[in-house]
Amino acid sequence: MSFIKLATSAVAIAAASAATAQSRDNVQVAGSSTVLPYATIVAELFGENFDFPTPVVESGGSSAGLKRFCEGVGENTVDIANASRAIRPAEIEECAANGVTDIMEVRIGYDGIVFASQTDGPAFTEFTPTQWYNALAAELPVDGAMVPNPNTNWSQVDAALPDADIMTFIPGTKHGTREVFEEKVILQGCEDSGAMAAIMEINGGDEDAAESACMAIRTDGMSVDIDGDYTETLARIDANPNGVGVFGLAFYENNTSVLKVATMNGVEPTTETISAGDYPVSRPLFFYVKKAHIGVIPGLKEYAEFFVSDDMAGPDGPLAEYGLVSDPELADTQAKIADETTM
Amino acid sequence: MTSKSLLTEDKRTKARNAAERRFKSYGVAAIAVAMMALAILLTSVIVKGIGAFSQTYVTIDITLPADRLDKEGNRDPAEMAKTTTIGYASVLRDGLIDTLAAAGIETEVSAKDIGDMISKEASATVRNRVLANPDLIGETVNFNLLADGRIDGFFKGRVTMETASRDQNVSPEQLVLAEQMAEVGIIETRINWAFLSLPDASDQRPEAAGLGVAILGSLYMMIVVLVLALPIAVAASIYLEEFAPKNRWTDIIEVNIANLAAVPSIVYGILGLAIFINFMEFNQSSPLVGGLVLTLMTLPTIIISTRAALKSVPPSIRDAALGVGASKMQSVFHHVLPLAAPGILTGTIIGLAQALGETAPLLLIGMVAFVRDYPQAFSDSAGLFGDPSTALPVQIYNWTQRSDPAFVERAQGAIIVLLVFLLIMNAAAIILRRKFERRW
Repeated sequence: MSFIKLATSAVAIAAASAATAQSRDNVQVAGSSTVLPYATIVAELFGENFDFPTPVVESGGSSAGLKRFCEGVGENTVDIANASRAIRPAEIEECAANGVTDIMEVRIGYDGIVFASQTDGPAFTEFTPTQWYNALAAELPVDGAMVPNPNTNWSQVDAALPDADIMTFIPGTKHGTREVFEEKVILQGCEDSGAMAAIMEINGGDEDAAESACMAIRTDGMSVDIDGDYTETLARIDANPNGVGVFGLAFYENNTSVLKVATMNGVEPTTETISAGDYPVSRPLFFYVKKAHIGVIPGLKEYAEFFVSDDMAGPDGPLAEYGLVSDPELADTQAKIADETTM
Repeated sequence: MTSKSLLTEDKRTKARNAAERRFKSYGVAAIAVAMMALAILLTSVIVKGIGAFSQTYVTIDITLPADRLDKEGNRDPAEMAKTTTIGYASVLRDGLIDTLAAAGIETEVSAKDIGDMISKEASATVRNRVLANPDLIGETVNFNLLADGRIDGFFKGRVTMETASRDQNVSPEQLVLAEQMAEVGIIETRINWAFLSLPDASDQRPEAAGLGVAILGSLYMMIVVLVLALPIAVAASIYLEEFAPKNRWTDIIEVNIANLAAVPSIVYGILGLAIFINFMEFNQSSPLVGGLVLTLMTLPTIIISTRAALKSVPPSIRDAALGVGASKMQSVFHHVLPLAAPGILTGTIIGLAQALGETAPLLLIGMVAFVRDYPQAFSDSAGLFGDPSTALPVQIYNWTQRSDPAFVERAQGAIIVLLVFLLIMNAAAIILRRKFERRW
């Protein structure tokens, strides 16, 4: 009967291990895949230089991270949520419903969104939001009526653009980047080109409906939603000489040997032009800290302070080197963490 | 009337023989297609991934300056720890410049760019060694350090002069300097077993990334799966197969087990999050929770194969045992189970192999993460298998998402490692079956 003995003792060991209280002494982070590389760089240096364990950083997207963050307070929940957009009121409510009330918002810097294509492909070097709107809108206003987008070639959109079929790879709707792309490129182009006014004339002045009509992206295969990461966009661009993809500035800066970037409104995307506010397509990056966990999880406050310290997030720090646009108001953020100011 | 010889084929026989030959050729063609797909997959993985098993190192003499590394001058590691790895980077840079001068290499490359040729991981290596042995300060010590990922890529053919001219992170001048350094032996590319032992590293240091944490995490999870799934599955199968009455209830259980085996694995992840993390409050990202989730996933597979193994034992053996006066339990444990053991083992190993390659359920319990500290099997605070860790398939998934092109090689290298593990497990299953299987 030794087998039975073995089996029962195995189950007993498992039960005993389950009974011992588990606690955690590492900081647990979840959220945006855009913030992930920055968070891992900081976590690595934090683990190297401090006596605390290296924080564990999960990815999965801003929304998924904030959902985990709002699950409650306690060691089996995450301490920090990374987000490539600000937390939404609905999420704050959900947090509050689960007892997560004191939330510290930390802005770590800005991220540029760039438009890049194969180095050997057609000369996509200069874009404007208007061109992107006319290339990607589902329907365009023509002579007082909405017609399906007739443009299939960039040269039809603007004679200055190369003679190449429209083939764009844009972030899928689950990405925070998509929101920024729609607002700062497509909607902007809609307004700049006068299409917005034309659509409002057609629909009788309903501004909300006009905005959604502007931001409706064509679904006839000329624009492809990428639900994966920038690596997937890069693979698609690799296979498509005419393809133009939407990337984060940091990703582009690590792949300049295979990608060429286009200017937007004549401004080249660099950390300098973005921090000066000249390059139009950028967005702030955040992380959110559960104040209730400070003092419970060792190293939590130190990690947050280290993240936004001048050594890390400053203009000469490793994060800027990787592609983060440093926040000019970093000192305010540092003070906010020191005082544990909540939202 | 002419009689036909049996040796001359008539029309109908010819047609039948032709059909048989055609069928055989379809079979051969099907195998050829499958083999080709496998060959393409393996070649692509091996060609891209083999580079992960070699690494470029820089050998330099560094004078460790007391004024920069030990400002208090008391050689107290706690005080010296205030100098961060960022502070050490400049010491390393100066060390490399001195080494170049000593080797007689003249270069136009700026001091900063020379410093960038050493991995960012290297300053941590030097700092740890200095903190462990403060007496090194003031001495000139020979260090063997990782080279930057782009320099490493140059020696592996991934980075060329042409791509470097367009690359913001490396310049052709740095590559020329690297070639000169290789000639005098300061830079060297050699076999990199550290790939199997080092922990993960951030996007800025792909050259330092390894599989150590992932392999440990996978090992812990396999232990949990083996210890839990095998006894539970065997007990369940023996009862269902040998003792349970055949009625409506056992039929329902049987259908449900078959059903569970086909449930998408992510469902087990959702279940694991709800039960093990939210309700039982185990640590997220821990191999214990991962192992429990994979146990649930593997159970039906092992139960099905165990029942098949028990069924294949001829009834005459049971009858003979009962006939000489053995109890039902004695007949099962003395005669049936030993004969079914090879089949059970094979099923278990195949179930474990399946669990080893699983990513989806781990996504929801926080194991798809950046983890740098080696998980301990037992610690006072986190309990048994409670430290955060990742797993092999998860590490592959993580690396394919990194922006630095050097991670492509790492991810493919990790695939090779995972394939080798799976190959070993599946080969063990076949060998065990061959060795112990009995035919009646």
